Amino acid sequence: MGTKTIAGIEIQVNDEGYMMDASQWTPEVASELAKEEGIELTDKHYEVLNFIRDEYLKGNQLTIRKVGKSGIVDIKGLYELFPGGPLKKASKIAGISKPSSCV
Amino acid sequence: MKKILILGGGTGGTIMTNRLRKALEKEEWEITVIDRCKTHYYQPGFLFIPFGIYTKHDVMKSKGDFYPAGVNVMFSKIEIIKPSENRVVLEGGKVLSYDYLIIATGTQTNPEETPGLKEDLWYKEIFDFYTIEGAVALSHFFKRWEGGRLVMNIAEIPYKCPVAPLEFVFLADAFFHQQGIRDKVKISYVTPLPGAFTKPRATQMLSGLLKEKNIEVIPEFYLESVDNEKKSIKSYDGQEIPFDVLAIVPVNMGSDVIERSGMGDDLNFVPTDKHTLQSEKFENVFVLGDAANLPTSKAGSVVHFASEVLFENLISLIEGRPMLARFDGHANCYIETGFGKGSLIDFNYDTEPLPGTYPLPGIGPFGLLQNTKLNHYGKVIFRWLYWHVLLKGKEMPVENEMSMAGKKI
Repeated sequence: MGTKTIAGIEIQVNDEGYMMDASQWTPEVASELAKEEGIELTDKHYEVLNFIRDEYLKGNQLTIRKVGKSGIVDIKGLYELFPGGPLKKASKIAGISKPSSCV
Repeated sequence: MKKILILGGGTGGTIMTNRLRKALEKEEWEITVIDRCKTHYYQPGFLFIPFGIYTKHDVMKSKGDFYPAGVNVMFSKIEIIKPSENRVVLEGGKVLSYDYLIIATGTQTNPEETPGLKEDLWYKEIFDFYTIEGAVALSHFFKRWEGGRLVMNIAEIPYKCPVAPLEFVFLADAFFHQQGIRDKVKISYVTPLPGAFTKPRATQMLSGLLKEKNIEVIPEFYLESVDNEKKSIKSYDGQEIPFDVLAIVPVNMGSDVIERSGMGDDLNFVPTDKHTLQSEKFENVFVLGDAANLPTSKAGSVVHFASEVLFENLISLIEGRPMLARFDGHANCYIETGFGKGSLIDFNYDTEPLPGTYPLPGIGPFGLLQNTKLNHYGKVIFRWLYWHVLLKGKEMPVENEMSMAGKKI
């Protein structure tokens, strides 16, 4: 755990760099977090980020499939927007906690 | 006459008929259970069929043998649930009304969700072992197979019995040793998870075993499609893995009737209060087992533990008392590791699997996160307990709520 200053805001993050308080998130913070992941955010990225934030704040579990069915982007497209682990990266940039797979 | 309707007469539905019929007056309460299929499969046994340890006759009994007297049993498909009208419509148009509804319709495998999966090679060189048909077809294949690359892949999360694919590769390793062809078989475990399992301590222990048995783990592989000509699986980010035989856990989804009724999430699982087990939308609807969207394993042990909570809360609701029983997500899974040994994990929503002893602290006889012969016997004996104790809703010799006693932190 620690704090870091992103886009002029003191933000609390956990050991893996996920924000501890989703309410501290702003689009500017997202832009900075994305740069750390080597991603330049486009409008499409923000649509995805807003979708997963909405779902998260409603208490719904997120899956790649769910984002793929959102109508914003298909799964292939999601991988192109957030290469590597798309849900993990998108969650990190969206300022929400790491998606947990509960098996 | 008041009515309780139970949709799905599998593990969860059967336990509930037994518990409820005993508790509620026959003159006041009509209990009905509906299922589309007359055979009760002991699903934990499917795993053993591909390796010739069980045959299909070891895992099949008649569902009707397990419901108590005084329960209406109907074998039919369900057309639609209309929870705002307290009605269920069966195939053919028959309408049933209810005061309380228990949804226990489970989860099914949906190979059609993955392009190329259920095509030319299906049941020739691609098999699931989550259906009796797939498990039997794979047993025939393995009898003749002379070696090559065996790929075990999980298509999507969540899926039923999260340890089963691990047990599958452990048993495959032992089986090919016994066949004398282990040196001709490469076994790969390909998973969308970041490691062999989700929780750190169990992953560590299981990764060690996989390594010891020379089973390759390929993590973070999210299946997009199967190429039948090249005999390979492809991921969304362009990885491709060739196979000679593919064992697959297809995408798991809740029942179609949940989708038709507009009651499910994107995978047709019903949004359910994870502590009370009540539907999030309808007060007189409860959801038991795999059909619910609970953040815990989809497994028979979970159904069993959850059934006690659901029973207490339903009775409280009927009697106008507050629902005080809270489900903790308790799961308890034997893990077959091959060569007559097994491991055991015990966990819930908040506590990951830890090493220790179970069910008695310090005594066991079973070892948590340990690889022992006794754990294997636990799994063997469990089949008897399942048919004779668990389904009948009798007391199992273990605690319903997960206990920290006997666990090492």
